Amino acid sequence: MQTALLRERQFQIHRKGAAPFAMECNKDSLAGAVSQRACVFCGSRVVLYPIADALHLVHGPIGCAVYTWDIRGALSSGPELHRLSFSTDLKEMDVIFGGEQKLYQALSELIDRHQPKAAFVYSTCIVGIIGDDLEAVCNRVAMEKNIPVLPVQSEGFKGNKREGYEAACKAMARLVGTGDTSAISPVSINILGDFNLAGEIWLIRSYFEQMGVEVVANITGDGRVDDIRRAHGAALNVVQCSGSTMDLARIMERQYGIPSIRVSYFGVEDMAESLYAVARFFKNDEIMTRTKTLVRDELNALLPQLERYRQALTGKKAAIYVGGAFKAFSLVKAFRLLGMDVVMVGSQTGTKEDYEELAAITDEGTIIVDDSNPLELSSFLREKEVDLFVGGVKERPIAYKLGVAFCDHNHERKEMLAGFAGMLNFAKEVYGSVLSPIWRFVPRLEKRS
Amino acid sequence: MRKNTLKYVSTTNACKLCKPLGAALAFRGIAKTVPFLHGSQGCATYMRRYIISHFNEPIDIASSALGEKSAVYGGAANLRLGLKNVTEKYRPELIGLATTCLTETIGDDVPMILREYYLAAEKEGAVLPAVVHVSTPSYAGTHMEGFHAAVRAVVEQIAGAGGKNDTINLLPGFVSPADLRHLRAILADFNLAATILPDYSETLDGQAMLDYPRIPEGGTPLSAIRGMGQARATLELGRTLPDHSAGVYLNQAFGVPCQRLGLPIGIRETDLFFAALEKLSDRPAPARLAAVRGRLIDALVDGHKYVFGKKAVIYGEEDLVVGLTAFLAEIGIFPVLCASGGKSGRLAQAIATVLNGLPVTPPEVREDADFLEIAERVAELDPDLLVGHSKGYAIAKKQNIPLIRVGFPIHDRLGGQRILHLGYEGAQALFDLIVNILIAGKQDRSPVGYSYM
Repeated sequence: MQTALLRERQFQIHRKGAAPFAMECNKDSLAGAVSQRACVFCGSRVVLYPIADALHLVHGPIGCAVYTWDIRGALSSGPELHRLSFSTDLKEMDVIFGGEQKLYQALSELIDRHQPKAAFVYSTCIVGIIGDDLEAVCNRVAMEKNIPVLPVQSEGFKGNKREGYEAACKAMARLVGTGDTSAISPVSINILGDFNLAGEIWLIRSYFEQMGVEVVANITGDGRVDDIRRAHGAALNVVQCSGSTMDLARIMERQYGIPSIRVSYFGVEDMAESLYAVARFFKNDEIMTRTKTLVRDELNALLPQLERYRQALTGKKAAIYVGGAFKAFSLVKAFRLLGMDVVMVGSQTGTKEDYEELAAITDEGTIIVDDSNPLELSSFLREKEVDLFVGGVKERPIAYKLGVAFCDHNHERKEMLAGFAGMLNFAKEVYGSVLSPIWRFVPRLEKRS
Repeated sequence: MRKNTLKYVSTTNACKLCKPLGAALAFRGIAKTVPFLHGSQGCATYMRRYIISHFNEPIDIASSALGEKSAVYGGAANLRLGLKNVTEKYRPELIGLATTCLTETIGDDVPMILREYYLAAEKEGAVLPAVVHVSTPSYAGTHMEGFHAAVRAVVEQIAGAGGKNDTINLLPGFVSPADLRHLRAILADFNLAATILPDYSETLDGQAMLDYPRIPEGGTPLSAIRGMGQARATLELGRTLPDHSAGVYLNQAFGVPCQRLGLPIGIRETDLFFAALEKLSDRPAPARLAAVRGRLIDALVDGHKYVFGKKAVIYGEEDLVVGLTAFLAEIGIFPVLCASGGKSGRLAQAIATVLNGLPVTPPEVREDADFLEIAERVAELDPDLLVGHSKGYAIAKKQNIPLIRVGFPIHDRLGGQRILHLGYEGAQALFDLIVNILIAGKQDRSPVGYSYM
């Protein structure tokens, strides 16, 4: 499989120890390389998707809407408008004569039907080309219906997922600052970058509440428009999955002077450190004491339970390929806690700093890769004789085809993997795949035994 | 029979996919071929994810990954680079190139770009894989138009004239890998040499491997496609196919007689298919197949009481809906709504044809329907079961009725690629499934908990 590597991509792959660290990243995906990345629209859609009482209208031909229908495991405790897929379903005539009228009618009709708290209107490739004035249509409908109607400039070709995150953050920034903040505690935060997959944000919120910290807005897991409108009343932005919502945190820092910290809720160390970081920020002994108690209690409950999984998994080899590099850091540490060796780690959208960090925390010989593809990933799995691959839906068949265990850590998953309880679920997930008796029958191991 | 009336401007929960997805699926059914989308990176990735979630198989779809500059100045450079990289990495014999709404709208002249690409390669003495290109703007038609357009483009650009050979062409449409394997077995039973196009029975339902295959084994061989113009007949399955189909092209260009039949779902449509095979093979249906039919009839007798009079709503791709409607009506289930996101203009007529002579009230037929419309009609029609792909699940759950999962996509169950719809065996499998779901429902609702049917 040596042919898997294209010359243009060789500097996006680093083998730790082979040479001083140097890696290219943050580039456009190479044509013909079968990148695992999606597009700008995808970036916007995944960030805004969990806002459950907003209308999400995709302005374009049907594909973009239908491929993102009910796509995430982002749960809501109330309305579920986000689980429906709305499209203007542009046709040939709309492309020729412009889609503004259809957009106006579709928006008006949908707002009347669903009475959302706000509407997001996503621009797709074609809208960027035919030049519909999204802003004007949105303004008109906002005036008529008296709700915020926010254009999301997410034309697919205008970059990669990162630009989509930015467009989503810009759209949300227009909501922030429009709500009443009078009742908000000085000890308060917004949770940014958790999408409430399998109910994770409820667990994280409960930690903060136990600490005595008020959560103003979930951005965006189990998200509500009115919460986001008053998010500027929080004292701190706590940002996970920093790629996706850091832009919003920056905007809020600039406009409202709200500082932010970057956290991760995956794995024991990062979860505990996230809570401590918030406690430290408020410089309040009571909060710190409560936090220490919380972490101690959780660890006392968790660590003995993890032990049996650690024993079974020690020495197994893991490979990681995820969207954002921040999650990869946490996963490297989580695997270490389970006694597993990470032999490959990569992401779709990591930055140079991210990859430096990965190089710093991984073992010699680990392959670090940016914006990879099926042929590369499969060759790494083979070369490193990986026992478990962690990734998303598009990585799953690569692992399974080669008879490698797999753990879904992407937005479609149904298992809660964040928080202390999530670490136990993660261990169970990994154990349940790696220890299955079926692997003895796959060619990879059948040959060996 | 009510005609479709467009109630809403917006589409809610579409009952269709976009055009290039169908093209990519069709290209995956050709041997040593890499599907390639000329457009944004996102299109290829989204479609891969959507397809993977059904087939649980890798599907590498390349992309020219256009950026902002290409959208302004044209995508030719990216397309050439993409073709070069795919050639180098995958070493395909064919690249199946489909456009997207982006590249259609910016006006890339793909045939011209390809001509220049080949000329340049010729000068350098490079040997390149063939490229079949098809125009698939997603604003004009659904994934089924994309699928059929790709099949037509393949025969148009590859099939050649020559002496007649003894094969027949079978153009099955978008059926499952299990269906394709079954069709191949039937043809073998009839001793008919056939080219099935496309054939993703192995490429999208493969075996566990030691190495990741650059391109999965299987697919219609290019040599066979070249010979399709020399075949003695074409069988084209689907009652709502467009006029400009691959079968029609083979007829017009090479004089290959083309016979159109419905998808062989249920007894009468399969009988027609078998009659065509009997004629082409000049022999009666082999005993093995006759016995399958006999057992099916026997099973229908055993189970008829459990299904009679139940009302069904059927949705999905038009030709699949036609076949399923025919089958359900045959076994005593009343189709009350037949809906599709497709818009061939032929659905109502096709359904009337397959129901002819059966004692059923003509169902409501809706083209260009979305799941909002279907849900509204379901609430009023109060059916006993839904028959369609997994995206109807929310309606079935709300209505508290069973969903019989057929077609594509099946995203909430394992084994969508192994669902058998076609032939007497497919009818047998569907019948057992439907009867048992209805029996199970009754059993579960009964406080007695009967331990016999």
